Amino acid sequence: MRLTVDSRSVNESYCRVAVAAFAAQLDPTVEEISDIKTFVSEAVTNCIVHAYLSIPGKIYITASLTEDNTLIVRIRDKGIGIADVSKAREPLFTTGGDDRSGLGFSVMECFSDKLKVVSKEGVGTTVTIYKHIRGKNGNEA
Amino acid sequence: MQVLFKAEKDMLTVFLSGDIDHHTSKNIREAIDSELQRIMPSVLKLDFRDVHFMDSSGVGLVMGRYKTALVYGCEVYVVHMPDTVEKIMRMSGLGSLITFERD
Ligand SMILES: Nc1ncnc2c1ncn2[C@@H]1O[C@H](COP(=O)(O)OP(=O)(O)OP(=O)(O)O)[C@@H](O)[C@H]1O
Ligand SMILES: [Mg+2]
Repeated sequence: MRLTVDSRSVNESYCRVAVAAFAAQLDPTVEEISDIKTFVSEAVTNCIVHAYLSIPGKIYITASLTEDNTLIVRIRDKGIGIADVSKAREPLFTTGGDDRSGLGFSVMECFSDKLKVVSKEGVGTTVTIYKHIRGKNGNEA
Repeated sequence: MQVLFKAEKDMLTVFLSGDIDHHTSKNIREAIDSELQRIMPSVLKLDFRDVHFMDSSGVGLVMGRYKTALVYGCEVYVVHMPDTVEKIMRMSGLGSLITFERD
């Protein structure tokens, strides 16, 4: 699936629900659905509050499934980019001020199997999240 | 997303419901802060019983209310967290500052 949305906060719930609905074909458990919604919400929110803080833009989401029942979600922006990705991924690191906890990347990591972050200042950021879906009846890996 | 309040003696209970994300947390924050300012309770209880979704914005929300409450010398309790909410809240280390109660 492919989804492009404006960087407006009203779209956060739509994006996470859309990806969770796409993954529904693997019959995920309630916890897996919640994990998917959470990591999508984290990545999309980062595009809105960090990447496009001053100049709004588009958020590009793709999701696919592999033969071994892994959900791959890619969330890309053409915003300000991240100067130091490994620093940004440290728990509690934030440039977001009082309302942000600096937990977004930790949550994405913890709720998935693998997280890849590629970013270039002034160009944008691509976050790729991999999650094997066991499903209610135990899908094969 | 809806925020309901119950004030009794010097305790303010906030009943949160629906989804807590970056979009909804702005209104929730404003609602709680104006009520905190009006009542100046000595105990603030945040009840998550009817919250169906929460991301790290919810952690930021609780952390911020903890800081605001501290100014009034008010203690903060987070109660009735569903498993999915607790999974994130535990990651934050907020449990060392705020009391989590299951029931
Ligand atoms: N898409 C992005 N574009 C630019 N900077 C980003 C992006 N995503 C993350 N960052 C940077 O990485 C930091 C850490 O992100 P993370 O999601 O872990 O925490 P946060 O967004 O600051 O807080 P929280 O997610 O808990 O609300 C951000 O503060 C920001 O500086
Ligand atoms: Mg974030």
